[in-house]
Amino acid sequence: MDFNLTKQQKLSRKIAREFAEVELEPFAQERDEKAEFPADAIEKLGKLGFMGIGIPKAYGGCALDSISYVLIIEELARACASTAIIVAVHNSVGAYPIYLLGTDEQKKKYLIDLASGKKLGAFALTEPNAGSDPGSIETTAERDGDNYILNGTKTFITSAKTSDTVIVMASTDRNKRGRGITSFIVETAFKGITAGVKENKLGIRASDTCELIFENCVVPVANVLGKPGTGLSAALKALSFGRVGVAAQALGVAGSAMESCVIYSKDRHQFGKPIAGFQAIQWMIADMATEIEAARNLIFKAAFLKDEGKPFSTEGAMAKLYASEVAMRTATKAVQIHGGYGCMKDYKVERCFRDAKVIEIYEGTSEVQRLIIARDILK
Amino acid sequence: MKIIVTVKQVPDTSEVRIDPKTNSLVREGVPSILNPEDRNAVETALMLKEKYGGTVTALTMGPPQAEEVLEEVIAMGVDDGILLSDRAFAGSDTLITAFTLSRAVMKIGKFDLIICGRQAIDGDTAQVGPQLAGFLDLPQVTYLEDILIDKEDALIKRVLEDCIEEVRVKLPALVTVLSDVNQPRYPSLYNVSNACDGSLIKYWSAADLKVPDSMLGLQASPTGVKRIFEPDRGVHGELIKGDETLMAKTLIEKLKGLQAI
Repeated sequence: MDFNLTKQQKLSRKIAREFAEVELEPFAQERDEKAEFPADAIEKLGKLGFMGIGIPKAYGGCALDSISYVLIIEELARACASTAIIVAVHNSVGAYPIYLLGTDEQKKKYLIDLASGKKLGAFALTEPNAGSDPGSIETTAERDGDNYILNGTKTFITSAKTSDTVIVMASTDRNKRGRGITSFIVETAFKGITAGVKENKLGIRASDTCELIFENCVVPVANVLGKPGTGLSAALKALSFGRVGVAAQALGVAGSAMESCVIYSKDRHQFGKPIAGFQAIQWMIADMATEIEAARNLIFKAAFLKDEGKPFSTEGAMAKLYASEVAMRTATKAVQIHGGYGCMKDYKVERCFRDAKVIEIYEGTSEVQRLIIARDILK
Repeated sequence: MKIIVTVKQVPDTSEVRIDPKTNSLVREGVPSILNPEDRNAVETALMLKEKYGGTVTALTMGPPQAEEVLEEVIAMGVDDGILLSDRAFAGSDTLITAFTLSRAVMKIGKFDLIICGRQAIDGDTAQVGPQLAGFLDLPQVTYLEDILIDKEDALIKRVLEDCIEEVRVKLPALVTVLSDVNQPRYPSLYNVSNACDGSLIKYWSAADLKVPDSMLGLQASPTGVKRIFEPDRGVHGELIKGDETLMAKTLIEKLKGLQAI
């Protein structure tokens, strides 16, 4: 077993860290407050390869491994969790399904532009009545000659307003429930698709999250991704990888909250000495560090298994479950350590606290992750 | 055009401390970085390559881990890199560093321009660039702010204390650049796999340069570091009291005493 990072992984992390410190960190608080999409940062990230991290070079990507991917997402999230999720969603569930399941034609038409950052990708599975139970989606796709006609509403869609393509899951046969779901590559320029009002969220506020409404949206048969009826399993495969990225995002938030505590607790004096000198604070920081290290190892393990071509959905779920809950616990303690200041928007831990709560919920709630893990163990 | 850029891996001096007992640099746990002005040198080279075509080779000397800076500049867009690494090179002062680099440049062969950062943040000497030009018998232009290529020549603006000097210099030549010459680009993730697969970096030892050990490293270096110490950062302020006329008079006397006026 080798815990050393490769040269490629170290350089990827360094590039992401440098970009994040200069281009994201100074603007993250204002973007959070204004709920402002980081359009200029995403454009720069695209030019530097961040939008096609694991995609082969032939399709415009960087051909980096999954450990590099999680290191990059972690670094972005340390500075701005919103930007990190835009990049992670685009890579893992916006572009990766096309690489995994797309025809050569679809890859040429869509993947190259996505991987090179010219276009932004999104993923639309969740509906008002189908969140943790994706088999019950109500959006329909009816065949009409060379097209499908999509009708329905998707909700909580990351980058819905700003994306160019969306991987949409719709039912082509409602009687078959999960086995009647088909994936489509839908261009947001197609007629009959509109983004709803931008949601005013608790955390991850700079990422735009909206409804996507399909009203007789005409999608060519050529845009079916994979075989009809296999859409749900395709979605779940993409989400398995998506979870690893979200876990890395959680790790970035947790790390950032802890770093703030280390600096603050050495600087803040009470009872004549820095509060870092009190065991109450030391124990909280020791727990943070231990849990962060454990989360990192779970994430690396899931990423490693993916690169080995081995099943990783259980480990991915474990990583997402644990890392997101570590982010929440760490951010909660971080606010506590900062006391009154921790409740102020001027202090980063306040944002970490709100972001962490969102991370525990999206890309599968903690409860859904436990369901996935238990199903695998009890099968 | 063929451009050679010299780069150096340095400790991040913002995190370096001096051990007051031994007067030596505490380098444990201090991250190593690409010397900031070398990054500007690389950017200058890449801009020239984009404008006039050609290739950019990065040259560095250091321990094996110095290859990290070559990987980083290749990720910025440099075509390839050469690491001069050998125990025989250890302890080189600026003169012997420049001499060793000059032998590597001779081994590279034909080139049009060598670009160096003005100075490295660990030594702040600004000597290696000019010394390298000396060993190679090249014209040198320091403190470059702008450069245009005009057939066989380069037209260069160099920043001096109170003016900007315009210079025409015949190529091949050596230039050193300042940190405000440009805004260096970020390394790109697109180049990471190429930068790290080992195919673009050459490793040269003393034997490769065909230089005897006696002319290299500590033993050949005419200068050495005697002592490293932190400058006295204490503020020695003095409050002048009295009415306005008296305070002004006192101040003038003190300034005269310090030969400040």
